[in-house]
Amino acid sequence: MSMVDWSRGQFALTAIVHWLFVPLTIGLSLIVGIMETIYYRTRQEKWKKLTKFWMTLFGINFACGVATGIILEFEFGTNWSNYSWFVGDIFGAPLAIEGILAFFMESTFIAVMFFGWKKVSPAFHLASTWLTALGVVLSALWILVANAWMQYPAGMEFDPSQMRNVMVSFTDVALSPVAVNKFFHTVLSGWVLGATFVIGVSCWFLLRKTNIEAAKMSIKIASWVGLAGIVLTMWTGDGSAVEVARCQPMKLAAMEALYNGEKGQSLVAFGILDPQKSLEDDSDGMLMSIDIPCGLSILANHDANSFVPGINDIMAGISVNADGDTVNTVSYADRILLGKQSHEALRQFSEAEKAGDTATMELARLKLKETFPYFGYGYFDEPSQAIPPVALTFYSFRVMVMGGGWLLLLFVVMLFVAYRREKAFEWKWLAWAGLISIPIVWIVSESGWVVAEMGRQPWVIQDLMPTRAAVSAVSSGSVQTTFWIFTVIFTVLLVTEISIMVHEIAKASKNDILK
Amino acid sequence: MELLHLQQYWWLLISVLGALLVFFLFVQGGQTMFLGTRDNVARQMMVNSIGRKWELTFTTLVVFGGAFFASFPLFYSTSFGGAYWLWILILLSFIIQAFSYEFRRKPGNIFGTRFYDTLLFINGSLGCILLGVAVATMFFGAEFTVTKGNLVDNGVPVISQWAPTHGLEAILSWPNLLLGFTVLFLARMQASFYFLNNLSGDEAVRLRCRKEMTWNSVIFVVLFLAFAAVLFTADGYSVSADGKIVLTPYKYLTNLVEMWWAGIMLVVGVVLVLYAVAIAMVRPQWRAGIWFTGVGTVLVILALFFALGYNSTAYYPSLIDPQCSLTIENSSSSLFTLKVMTYVSVLVPFVVAYIAYVWHKMDARPITPDEIAEGGHQY
Repeated sequence: MSMVDWSRGQFALTAIVHWLFVPLTIGLSLIVGIMETIYYRTRQEKWKKLTKFWMTLFGINFACGVATGIILEFEFGTNWSNYSWFVGDIFGAPLAIEGILAFFMESTFIAVMFFGWKKVSPAFHLASTWLTALGVVLSALWILVANAWMQYPAGMEFDPSQMRNVMVSFTDVALSPVAVNKFFHTVLSGWVLGATFVIGVSCWFLLRKTNIEAAKMSIKIASWVGLAGIVLTMWTGDGSAVEVARCQPMKLAAMEALYNGEKGQSLVAFGILDPQKSLEDDSDGMLMSIDIPCGLSILANHDANSFVPGINDIMAGISVNADGDTVNTVSYADRILLGKQSHEALRQFSEAEKAGDTATMELARLKLKETFPYFGYGYFDEPSQAIPPVALTFYSFRVMVMGGGWLLLLFVVMLFVAYRREKAFEWKWLAWAGLISIPIVWIVSESGWVVAEMGRQPWVIQDLMPTRAAVSAVSSGSVQTTFWIFTVIFTVLLVTEISIMVHEIAKASKNDILK
Repeated sequence: MELLHLQQYWWLLISVLGALLVFFLFVQGGQTMFLGTRDNVARQMMVNSIGRKWELTFTTLVVFGGAFFASFPLFYSTSFGGAYWLWILILLSFIIQAFSYEFRRKPGNIFGTRFYDTLLFINGSLGCILLGVAVATMFFGAEFTVTKGNLVDNGVPVISQWAPTHGLEAILSWPNLLLGFTVLFLARMQASFYFLNNLSGDEAVRLRCRKEMTWNSVIFVVLFLAFAAVLFTADGYSVSADGKIVLTPYKYLTNLVEMWWAGIMLVVGVVLVLYAVAIAMVRPQWRAGIWFTGVGTVLVILALFFALGYNSTAYYPSLIDPQCSLTIENSSSSLFTLKVMTYVSVLVPFVVAYIAYVWHKMDARPITPDEIAEGGHQY
């Protein structure tokens, strides 16, 4: 494996592990906030006890999120040095704002959450819990803005003198439709994960026939949070699909393993890909599939008869514009030529600038402006290099959607049982369904990120910088070594966290949480 | 707002964050003292006293890094990507801190409390030393080049290149290590003052902290004087009128003389620290030392950062090609980005205010053995 592969592997590993903790932090902080609010309003001690129980699990998880979050920040520099310069002018600002506005809020008020019960008033404590939850969401906001910008670079222009992109509109960066959708889709999915975790642990109490009241109280709150979360996540997911169709059609084609698109394009509800499929053969790449007629056209364009381009179409330059009309754009072969012209124009500009030749500088600048949208393609030699890994993106998308369906059902059933058939909490299969939803929700959540990030490949910044040009000048051996160091640390961290959580829950099951 | 003014403003903010970070390293200093404390109650008091502040230091480090990335991205891309092993080791030493407090006494933590206290010791010692080394490379230079034209070199498109040792050479350089150990003993001295302020009701703990304060202060002062002697006799790099970067003897000393206000800050800072040490030695019950050493430390670090970045100085000299050295002018973000971030930075005083308010609320009463015996959420 090359240094680029090890760097990708290391970043992917860190991001995946970080995302094990973050959505739980997002979801649990909300649920704990709701529980403490009920305590504050009713002053019933049982709500305080319940709040403290979930807060303990929140604290264990939060520490792991912090530990893995700093690694991502460092890795932008250590492993993606070129990236840090090329887009640092845009990417760095959200990161700094995140630090100033969100991280201090979290870290200051979380100390009050845990140690302030007897040191501050109940109102101040409640405010601290909510401010921690707000800090968590604000942290997510800015890094998601930065990530959305990598999917859809907006609000910037290239400055040839500095050889980097510079921001020209902060609102275009922060409020791009991709950023807004991504923020809500991701944060709301955190609600779903937190809710599922609370339901799952509560179901374990039900199975053990202990802490029954605490479990029912928790399930009621978590199910409402989860239901709101999953419905809104699906809604924003629909918005995301439309954005992907407009901004990253190749990602959508990979998500569907769609090679040749058509009008009224069906959606693969379930399918098995042909591993032998290559770009050269004419097969549809499926060994078997169950399709929903016109499904993809509706998903991508909200129009059952619309055209959805496939991988071959996009490579040939056929795509859909922002209004949903089929248009002829530039083929990938031509993009590579234009990208190389863009590189050449930048070279000419640089040499002319050194020589003080303003006329040549101006010509080169014009050429660069014209070709810059294809700048990243200049690093490729073959159009096939610009296609994301299809199988991983395809299967991850399906896992995410199917798992989401399961979770919707779970929340609806739990709410029905909680309000209409409380006796059903004694059914073992129901409790088991809640318990096994814990691993399911994590797989679903991680799959969403795999779709988003693998679907963007080979780009680190869509169309402008391929991943392999974003790296640092370090040796493959160095990155390989740190990859394994991180693997060991993450494994130990994860095993220990789960062990502590299990012990805490087991300890709770031996007592009455509410007393 | 002109670009240069904004570059100077953001260097000021970076300096403030850096100064606060060094002050907050008393957390790391305190972590190097747990293992040597045999008395369980005393250790619990120390752990819980420091433990309630660890996130503040951690967050300041993260924000310091984030703000540096945002305002001077060329430093971030050059130093982090180049001095790979230095930054990775700093990173590793801080990762282990983040979970150790939460895990150390929890049932099911697999490795036992002593393991996590050892991790906290490693973070406390190695973290301080390596951060000192990283900052020292900004004074004494590093082995890198920056060639922006590489961006369109399809073979090796990376603009910042570093010596093949990738930061290990910086760790093995004695002037860098001198600052590293100075930071470590500063952190330990500050931690002693912090404990004297924040812990109460246990005479043995107080005596232990006073002892730690005394010998750590002596070592720190000796190391600081040695570092000051090395720094003020060292060459630096200036940006000349024609934009060339030239070697300049006694550059940092000259900067503090020419920027007399920074020189005064340095002197006042040193006097405050020495005053606190002297008073603490003659008045055993004195608890306010942390505020004097804290303000003193912040003033000294600010003055050093000003001498590093202002007065046409290259704040990150390249030892391979001086013309590749980084200055606040040639490594900053664009005018637009700096403006946007400057608007956001208006909120900084508000952030500082709520941190101070919460700190005041939580620390209004010192931690006592009774509070530890009471139970509740503890590290």
